[in-house]
Amino acid sequence: MLTDQTTVPSSSRPSTQAHANEKVPLPGPEVLVKWLRDMKLIREFEVRAMQAYQNKLAGGFLHVYNGQEAVAVGCLAALEPHDPVITAYRDHGHALARGLDPKVGMAELFGRIDGCAKGKGGSMHFFDAPNHMYGGHGIVGAQTPVGAGLAFATMYEDEVINSKSNSRVTLCFLGDGALNQGAFHEAANLAQVLGLPVIYIVENNRYAMGTAIERCTSSAGSLLHKAVAYGMDAIEIDGMDITKTYPAMKALVNDIRANPRPAFVDIDCYRFKGHSVSDPRKYRTHEEEQENEANDPIDNLAKFLMSSGVMEENDVKTMSKEIRTEIRAAVKWAEESPPPDLDELYHDVYVDKWGPYTGTSLPKFMDESSGEKA
Amino acid sequence: MSRTIEFRDALREAMSGEMREDPRIFLIGEEVAQYDGAYKVSRGMLEEFGPRRIIDTPISETGFAGLGIGAAMMGLRPIVEFMSWSFSLVAADQILNNAPKMLYMSGGQFRVPIVFRGNDGAGGQLGSTHSWCVESLYANVPGLKMVIPSDPYDAKGLLTAAIRDPDPVFCLESERMLSMTGEVPEESYELPIGQAVIRREGADCTIVSFGRPVHFCMEAAEELAKEGIDCEVIDGRSIKPLDIDTVTASVRKTNCCVVVDQSWSFASVGSEVAAEVHRYCFDDLDNHVHRVHSDDVPAPYAHNLEAEMLPNARKICEAVRSVTYNA
Repeated sequence: MLTDQTTVPSSSRPSTQAHANEKVPLPGPEVLVKWLRDMKLIREFEVRAMQAYQNKLAGGFLHVYNGQEAVAVGCLAALEPHDPVITAYRDHGHALARGLDPKVGMAELFGRIDGCAKGKGGSMHFFDAPNHMYGGHGIVGAQTPVGAGLAFATMYEDEVINSKSNSRVTLCFLGDGALNQGAFHEAANLAQVLGLPVIYIVENNRYAMGTAIERCTSSAGSLLHKAVAYGMDAIEIDGMDITKTYPAMKALVNDIRANPRPAFVDIDCYRFKGHSVSDPRKYRTHEEEQENEANDPIDNLAKFLMSSGVMEENDVKTMSKEIRTEIRAAVKWAEESPPPDLDELYHDVYVDKWGPYTGTSLPKFMDESSGEKA
Repeated sequence: MSRTIEFRDALREAMSGEMREDPRIFLIGEEVAQYDGAYKVSRGMLEEFGPRRIIDTPISETGFAGLGIGAAMMGLRPIVEFMSWSFSLVAADQILNNAPKMLYMSGGQFRVPIVFRGNDGAGGQLGSTHSWCVESLYANVPGLKMVIPSDPYDAKGLLTAAIRDPDPVFCLESERMLSMTGEVPEESYELPIGQAVIRREGADCTIVSFGRPVHFCMEAAEELAKEGIDCEVIDGRSIKPLDIDTVTASVRKTNCCVVVDQSWSFASVGSEVAAEVHRYCFDDLDNHVHRVHSDDVPAPYAHNLEAEMLPNARKICEAVRSVTYNA
């Protein structure tokens, strides 16, 4: 509750069993097949995005999500549609899993007017209001206080404005590198003090850009200690096997929805590609990469579905083919979308146009159709 | 009905008045609730609105500034109090990267209707870390608005406008003015953001200033009047948007201009005003625009040094005499 005082930690040790009480079953086969589709779609999107980047269709920085698909799909499957989501700059997977149309995402990468931010945000800043996706944030850790604010708002709206109990849970994703930003620690402390229903999900892909977690993060082997310091419930989740990711996240989300408070998740995963497309990955061995790539979350789910008789190998192949077609069409659509009109440069700086200011050192904040000075 | 109240009361009336009308508005910051405000600006607000809308925070400017931004993205209308704008520097990423750019980066999807407010400028022998004039530093950033009231009437009107504004507004107050009294209407009113006011009409020289130094300008104008120099004093009220029209109209009449800006001179609000006046009034000027700023040194502690560092009536008089060839 907003008025609650600090929750006293129930134990001085990380409570990895805290949310194991509720055994959440896996959903039915249709949903599992959809997850596979969603994960494959993210992978294909990223593969095509990298190609497009190499072909200079996309600029700036490109951080792809290959290998971490089960995290976004598994965690977001645990949410209700109106629950807010916010993440860092490796954000394509979250946006797509949340429902962003891949062609709109691709258009954003290409800097086109039909992109989710009209081509003004780019790869690191995917926003999607209809799907309650609050970005896409480029500065490491900067989204964590904002995530606290989203949770604050859900609680405030429900309890203060509408006089009912809080109904929403916010997911705030961050990388393991963000654990070393002050912003995260301020956010975690605030969230705990104010009792905000936000789950901080550390996508622990073991590298802060090119620096291995052991080289830059204290308690690297037991990140839950970070949360314990704030008296925050914390659990570890497998992020490479969605059949484990989802039930654990769903149990946690249910718990937080029923008993609003913050929580911390250390979700184990591996970034198959480099930090960004330009990363030569000299800081890790080929053997390490091969070993982890053998634990591909997409293959893991496909194997599960085939071994449990939900899908045949041919079904999986057909699905892959359909997705390839869809993403290829998305690339084509994005290429055909025009770049933003130059006037777009001056829109969305302010909601309201300038007051009486007419200095031409500022852009044209005026209604050109009426020719009237703003 | 007007009555005489303090600057801090005027700020509180703006906040409380708007909070009574709009449940989406809340106040968050250090010591705003149980302590009644470090400077008593929010005195009594906890009692009226309760702890869910008047929220004490840990000393975590990045944390609570960012929290406010997230809440604003969801449609709430946060008022974030910085005990001092000097402390906002540790939250720079949130207030400069997130608040003013979210609308743009999201292609217009997410507004951030938020007010950041607090004391700006030298509070009085606080040393350099606590004596920031952030206006020039922050006004450089697109996507934010900035107001800087110089009296209680403006404080209520400008803060009311800031709270109602759909964009991020930085409201720069001054510890040295919080006890200043003035006539303020009881009812709610707003002063448009981006509109300057002429504080004193005059024919010989235009003096433009913002916030607390406006009073030094008025003092200087009285002094100069005795010497036969008739000054027009313009209070910008807002820094962003800047009402350059009011300034240029005045300069076209006086043909001389002095800009008084309490921040440092390099790449400053003062240099911006001067550049604009030179551009629009090039053929009207009898002299180049003169500027009075804080000296380009860290704010000192010693009373005499601090007084010498800040803009004051003496320096303004010297600038006006010089610009009008009366030196």
